[in-house]
Amino acid sequence: MSKWTRRAFLTTSAVAGGGVVIGVAMRPGNQVNDLAAKIGPEGGKLVHTYVQIDQDNAVTAIIPHSEMGQGVHTALGQMLAEELEADWDQVNVVEAPALGEYANYSLGRTYLLTGIDFPKILIPSIDGAMMGVADSLDMQITGGSMSVRTSGILSMRVAGAATREMLERAAADAWNVPVEEVFAEKSFLVHGRTSRREPFSAFVNKVASMTPSYTPAFKRPEDYKIVGRYVPRRDIPSKVDGSAKFAMDVNLPGMLYATVLRSPVPGGKVVSMQDNDARNVEGVHEVLVIPSASYSTMVGGFTAGETVAVVADSYWSASKALQQIDVQWSEVGYEEVSSETIFSQFDKDISAKTERQADVTQGDAEAIFAGATKVIDAEYNVPFLAHTCMEPLNATADVRGGQAEIWVGCQNPLGFRRAVADSLGLESEKVKLHNHVMGGGFGRKSVPDYALQAAHISSMVGAPVQLIWSREEDVRQDFYRPAVKSRFRAAFDQEDNLIGWSNTYTNKNEPVEAPLIPYSVPAQDIGYVSSPTHVPFGAWRSVDHSQHGFFTESFIDEAAHAAQKDPFEFRANLLNDKPRHLAVLSKVADEAKWSDPLPAGRGRGISLQESFGSIVAQVVEVTVTNGKISVDRVVAAIDPGLAVAPDGLAAQIESGIIYGLTAAMYGEISIEEGAVVQGNFNDYESIRMDDSPVIETHIINSGHDIGGAGEPGTPGIAPAVANAVFDATGIRVRLLPLNNFDLNYLVEEEGVAG
Amino acid sequence: MSTSFSINGIAQSVDVDPSKPLLWVIREQLSLSGTKFGCGIGQCGACTVHVDGQAIRSCLTPVSSVEGKEVTTIEGLVSASGELHPVQQAWVDHQVPQCGYCQSGQIMSASALLARSPQPTDKEIDGALRGNICRCGMYGRIRKAIKSVDIAKADDALFYNVAEVDHV
Repeated sequence: MSKWTRRAFLTTSAVAGGGVVIGVAMRPGNQVNDLAAKIGPEGGKLVHTYVQIDQDNAVTAIIPHSEMGQGVHTALGQMLAEELEADWDQVNVVEAPALGEYANYSLGRTYLLTGIDFPKILIPSIDGAMMGVADSLDMQITGGSMSVRTSGILSMRVAGAATREMLERAAADAWNVPVEEVFAEKSFLVHGRTSRREPFSAFVNKVASMTPSYTPAFKRPEDYKIVGRYVPRRDIPSKVDGSAKFAMDVNLPGMLYATVLRSPVPGGKVVSMQDNDARNVEGVHEVLVIPSASYSTMVGGFTAGETVAVVADSYWSASKALQQIDVQWSEVGYEEVSSETIFSQFDKDISAKTERQADVTQGDAEAIFAGATKVIDAEYNVPFLAHTCMEPLNATADVRGGQAEIWVGCQNPLGFRRAVADSLGLESEKVKLHNHVMGGGFGRKSVPDYALQAAHISSMVGAPVQLIWSREEDVRQDFYRPAVKSRFRAAFDQEDNLIGWSNTYTNKNEPVEAPLIPYSVPAQDIGYVSSPTHVPFGAWRSVDHSQHGFFTESFIDEAAHAAQKDPFEFRANLLNDKPRHLAVLSKVADEAKWSDPLPAGRGRGISLQESFGSIVAQVVEVTVTNGKISVDRVVAAIDPGLAVAPDGLAAQIESGIIYGLTAAMYGEISIEEGAVVQGNFNDYESIRMDDSPVIETHIINSGHDIGGAGEPGTPGIAPAVANAVFDATGIRVRLLPLNNFDLNYLVEEEGVAG
Repeated sequence: MSTSFSINGIAQSVDVDPSKPLLWVIREQLSLSGTKFGCGIGQCGACTVHVDGQAIRSCLTPVSSVEGKEVTTIEGLVSASGELHPVQQAWVDHQVPQCGYCQSGQIMSASALLARSPQPTDKEIDGALRGNICRCGMYGRIRKAIKSVDIAKADDALFYNVAEVDHV
């Protein structure tokens, strides 16, 4: 069980074993009357778990996912409104409360129903995953680029269609006409023969006593009027005038402010502390030590050492005071560890191949490599990365009188509620959690450590407390994208055909398919060794695809050049059995005018990556001047099956590319003496306006199953940039970030250009 | 010790430590939450506000330094009648924000730029906006939105649509 992480759970659970099928659709009756008592819709009537209809005929879509900028509230609202035949201009979207009724049962069901190809390497652990499902009733996760393709399809679409059917039935009964003759149109029910037309709101009382269908009839995609169309995002107006309420914008009567510090080396405890100066800072109320926390769950578990917290009447006072505390932390045994020792350890473990596990074993790789005409090899490394959401971690808590109220922005409200309850020794029902729009999430806000700190501080001081992390704490106490080393070999026959692919890398996480390649190479041997580090793991936008996308799409480029083929042609020739991949790759090559020559000093690079159910190809153009890389333009093509919100999808691709480009150009968390070195945007840099490329996105609606949007843009940018740098300079970059490279030095001193 | 200044056209006097950064006075004393904390060291721009029309990082600005000055926050760009500032409207038209956390600062930087350079070049946009990080990476949309703002057609009050309020 302990090996199982959130992603593994999401990608593998509920694949088999009908006994654990759970979900809104499986529970009998219409639960809205019980539910309405809990969520108390004002001025309206709850007619379905996810649908409220007001007296003025406005429809409210209740969205069981968190908004962190990805536009999910609008996209899921579109899906519900489409099937409901609602007038989009009269549809509101709100986030579901943190209640069990809004858990993401559909995550598991999606995989149960669609019968994914279950990776063999995970079969021994299926039993463990099934137990996890039973234990997962507190799952309200937004992540894994999952919302549209799980809740959207199995909750929103079903809710919309089922509600429409109930409304049609209620109208038919009221009008005494056959239900087949009643249809819904723009939030009205219509009977053509008798020219009757009444709003949805006229039938809500009747509908609320009906049982919604679990298998309503859906519209044909060609009839969509809201899905697949441009609609402005509903959250944007509040994000241009300062009125959007992030968790940090909560202001409670009598609220105190807190800020915290944990041990630079993860897991340390306070041995001694000089806090007299801190206590003397004006406005400081308390200096506290919060005990170590360890919270284990399938979704968002963590271990953290002790926390020093300063509570004051202002964040600024708390922050000033914290800087004056001299803490001596206990040694935890990792004080000698550095990035250098970690990569040496990786090197040793890959070479030793101790307990190497296979992802793919295909053909007789050993024989193919032994008989190959040509073999190339290469080794790639990427560092740890932090998330650095724009909004530093924060949470507000009021824990008094045996109950708790929490205001937070998080990617799993039910999970956070449970974690806070367990941590305080309360029943979940005694914890009320208000989830806010997040100033970025990227995976970080699925781990509840910061909410637990806030709850403990409030509990200890007996007052409402807003905890705000400094940016330095945010960078140094993250759950990091792991560093990885990956070693490759490729074999060619005498016609320069790629006949063998061998890859060993360190530390597997999720998704399990991340290191796999789409190309038809007859012999493949892909596997990993375990080489644990003390640096805490976290899901970081696209998770393992972020490393393996760079590795595999760079090395396939090396293979193309070794075979003296054009990198696009080389890939395309290996995609004969992957028509969707080929179409996406061809589209991006066309749109980017791949074959047009570029002047000296400029270069073009290409990449192809399937992730989270979507296929993305990118072409990047760079200019290298005096060793400095400028990324000028990115052309992306994506096949997401169907783009529910096309502009929202394009925005997500742009966003994923810039997030990945920041990592490619600047991203490096380095470890010295066991601790993270970087601390803020001055030494953990980000792409800014003046170094951001022009991005254009092309969407292919192939009609296949809907894929994800939030993450698939990220993996392909680093390899496309590195491949473009090779095209421009002849220098192959196998280590990120690119900013660490002195291309001038390499060109001048080693003469490797060309 | 008391510091007096005008915020969004309203005279204010706050009795706080004069070295307290303007950001935290705006958020904690004045309860205007649209201005955001992002880094605390002037690196990310989330806290950008205008002081006498200039875009500044409020996280590094001691409140004492704005004594007698005019401070404008994101809330102050909206006209008294509730009409969005042209830059805010451009942000809606181009669907700029994702998470939105940096956008108050982006808009304050962009509006200060447009006030002094009605048709900014790409280089001017780079220069004026490079201090504002957007981790959602909406730079392309921000650039397009800035270029779409037609100052000639905008209201006279332009970048300070704040109604004249009696300075107490």
